[in-house]
Amino acid sequence: MSIYYIYQDHDRCIGCYACEVHCKTKNELPVGPRLCRIIETDIKLIGGLPRQRFVFMPCFHCEDPWCVKACPTGAMQKRSKDGIVFVEQSLCVGCKSCITACPWGVPQWNPETGKVVKCDYCKDRVDQGLKPACVTKCTTKALKFVSADEASKLKRERFVKDTYASLY
Amino acid sequence: MKNSVFSNCGMCSVRCPIRVEVEDGRVKWIEGNPYVPGMEGSLCARGSAGIALLYDSERLQYPMIRTGERGSGQFKRVSWEEAFKYVADKVKDIQAKYGKRTVALLDRGAGLFGEMQRLIVRGMGSPNYFSHDDFCRKNVDLAYQTLLGYGRPEVGYDFANTKHMVFYGRNAIEALGVREVNNIVKALENGADLTYLDVRVSKTATKATRFYQIRPGTDYAFNLALIHVILKENLYDKDFVDKFFDGTVELENFVKNCTPEWAEKETGIPAYEIVNLAKALSAAKPRVILYPGWFSARYMDAFYFARSVIILNALLGSIEQKGGLILAKTPKEVGAKGLNSLLEKIPAPEEKRVEAEAGKGFLYDGAGHILHLYRAIKKGEPYPVKALFVVRYDPFAGITLKDIKEVLDGLDLLVAIDTNYSATAWYADVILPESTYLERDDMIGLQRGAKPAFIMRRQAIKPIYDTKGKWEITKGLLHAYGVGQYMPFETIEELWNYQLEGTGVKIEDFDKSGQVALCKDAKMYSRDELKFKTPSGKVEILSSKMAEREVPFFYEHQTPAKPNIEEGEFRLVFGRMAVHTHVQTHNNRYLNEIVPENELWINDKAAAKLGIKNGDWVEVSSGDFSGKIRAKVTPFIHPEAVFMYRGFENEVPWKTRSFGKGLNEGRLLSGAFDKMAHGSHTGALFENFVRVKKA
Repeated sequence: MSIYYIYQDHDRCIGCYACEVHCKTKNELPVGPRLCRIIETDIKLIGGLPRQRFVFMPCFHCEDPWCVKACPTGAMQKRSKDGIVFVEQSLCVGCKSCITACPWGVPQWNPETGKVVKCDYCKDRVDQGLKPACVTKCTTKALKFVSADEASKLKRERFVKDTYASLY
Repeated sequence: MKNSVFSNCGMCSVRCPIRVEVEDGRVKWIEGNPYVPGMEGSLCARGSAGIALLYDSERLQYPMIRTGERGSGQFKRVSWEEAFKYVADKVKDIQAKYGKRTVALLDRGAGLFGEMQRLIVRGMGSPNYFSHDDFCRKNVDLAYQTLLGYGRPEVGYDFANTKHMVFYGRNAIEALGVREVNNIVKALENGADLTYLDVRVSKTATKATRFYQIRPGTDYAFNLALIHVILKENLYDKDFVDKFFDGTVELENFVKNCTPEWAEKETGIPAYEIVNLAKALSAAKPRVILYPGWFSARYMDAFYFARSVIILNALLGSIEQKGGLILAKTPKEVGAKGLNSLLEKIPAPEEKRVEAEAGKGFLYDGAGHILHLYRAIKKGEPYPVKALFVVRYDPFAGITLKDIKEVLDGLDLLVAIDTNYSATAWYADVILPESTYLERDDMIGLQRGAKPAFIMRRQAIKPIYDTKGKWEITKGLLHAYGVGQYMPFETIEELWNYQLEGTGVKIEDFDKSGQVALCKDAKMYSRDELKFKTPSGKVEILSSKMAEREVPFFYEHQTPAKPNIEEGEFRLVFGRMAVHTHVQTHNNRYLNEIVPENELWINDKAAAKLGIKNGDWVEVSSGDFSGKIRAKVTPFIHPEAVFMYRGFENEVPWKTRSFGKGLNEGRLLSGAFDKMAHGSHTGALFENFVRVKKA
């Protein structure tokens, strides 16, 4: 897994799909490939109130990525310095093996280039000390670009805040 | 070469402050203005998709004059000079026949930069300026004016510091403004309550701490009961009421019989919930916000409903209060000089606007009533309006085909000024294409609030096509008409300098962040200093404005008609989503990719009786129109209502991505032109039943 992680604060997320468009404009993508997705759950009544979640699905940048192993040309690579998984466009032959291999459907087909394109956490921005487009411009700052250990810290804090508030 | 420009978004009318990055003449990145609290880089989906609008070939590219029948889509390209001259000559011909006042202009509303287009109609000597507000916020506007003497844009909401907010079908999470939604989320994070009433579970409902699925058309009854409980159980802010209320006794008398038990029968919301809410609001007072709505042209009682919301705020003492409603301060109130007006330099026409001749019994203000305008066009009453300019608003996308035909039949000239291939442009005689917000400069605007600021929209790149900014279009029209003296500016800088003269602010002061605040700290009045802008200086329950216009102070709730659900009859309600702006963005390739078409929300039990399953095609009809749409069968909508997200199925073939996708709710609003809300004469667009059957 890359040293980075995108943490989604579900209480802040409003399901506005801005992250998807921030990504598409930054990467100048045609209609078709969507490098991150918001997937809506069904509305459910929880404690008498309607609730819905908007789940953010980028690439998880696995430690041992299926897509990299499946790629016959070496186009799909993992950066040694930070573990970001990306496609070297000049090497991609459009065989779609990575699309088959990824359990989460992350690699996307670009019909304009006939190659695969995927979330690379906006590595050009990361290299400039910036954050990925989806995080930088998230409407409600529900997405946070953090290290993996920071993410588990945030998750624990959120769990306690949500779960134990009623005990006081 | 790389440069960065501070400007204002133009993808919806919130006009969020933005920063635009340009590289070698191409816009590469748009983000929320990092210097503005609540923005700090954030932008919604539409804001980012501005790049897709800019580089879209499916938008207006050059001036055009119609050559075929209206609605045939046949136009010829002309030069700007030719277009200006054609329009000016036509207007003069028509005015020679029907008088100066026969020209009208209809826009989306004044907004930050909206003074500009008003110059066109006043410059041509007519009083007939109209905005779309009658199909939107006008009831709230008039309610504020009658009660507080302030207009709606002069009242802000301090969501960030509130303890309890109440929204009535105001779907703030989806019909979103970046700053507003961030403040709402912040309040929720700090433990604030969000009470939400709607006929369906919108995304706002999924964030609410209390949710009531109210019977459509009964929000007003709910509020009357709330007022009843708050007065009866002494839950109000006594200090505020004693100081500022004019008409408490009359109000108390009016709501005497509006008990929670009565309201339960009307609304379907248990009486104890209404009592509990009244108590919770009282406990949180004065840091409460009951939001009177944005789109308020829903029901016939909409004006009185909006008044009831503001009265509730006043009873709870939330006006001019941290965590409540905050009144905007004029530049003068904060010790600054305001912008110089362009409009005031043009003599006001002596003739009266169309509805000024329609007698009393309704209110009016700075912009005319759209339904009166349509009556004047269709029937020539009280006098004919034969030439119409429509500016950055698309009325034809939201009304029935029959109404479009009748309006067109009444007009000798229809001019559309827009950036989009709008439905109105499709039927227009002349199309004047405006540059997108990324390609144009606008006049400086006043951002109202407790800390007023001047704000500037600046061109990020030169226009890609043969389009012009609004100030240039206005200038061209006024010069061709022969009144160029009203727009004597050669460059936008000359215009800005005229606006700024005497304010002490210079153009370069906008370089740093795109705006210039007129004071250091937000100015708030203490209760001792506070004085409302009504003639009495009080919260006028017995409004002098209403008395003068012979509008009754109170209006009794009427039980709404019940649709015959078994026969497939439902009340049609519609609304906005986060991904699209009204009828403007559905052809944007990135936004269209996410939501290309709409669905008809229908209650699961009602659908079962009609044999409709989730995902089925259904036929929806109203008057002589019917259209097809997919059904979304759900328990999360009231059985009497069907709902659709608005603005889909634009019939303009120029827009290939959105053409024919989904269903346009406007085509289903049969009879909408005949329903004028009580006291305000606005539209009442939810007073409409449609038929639904399996297709």
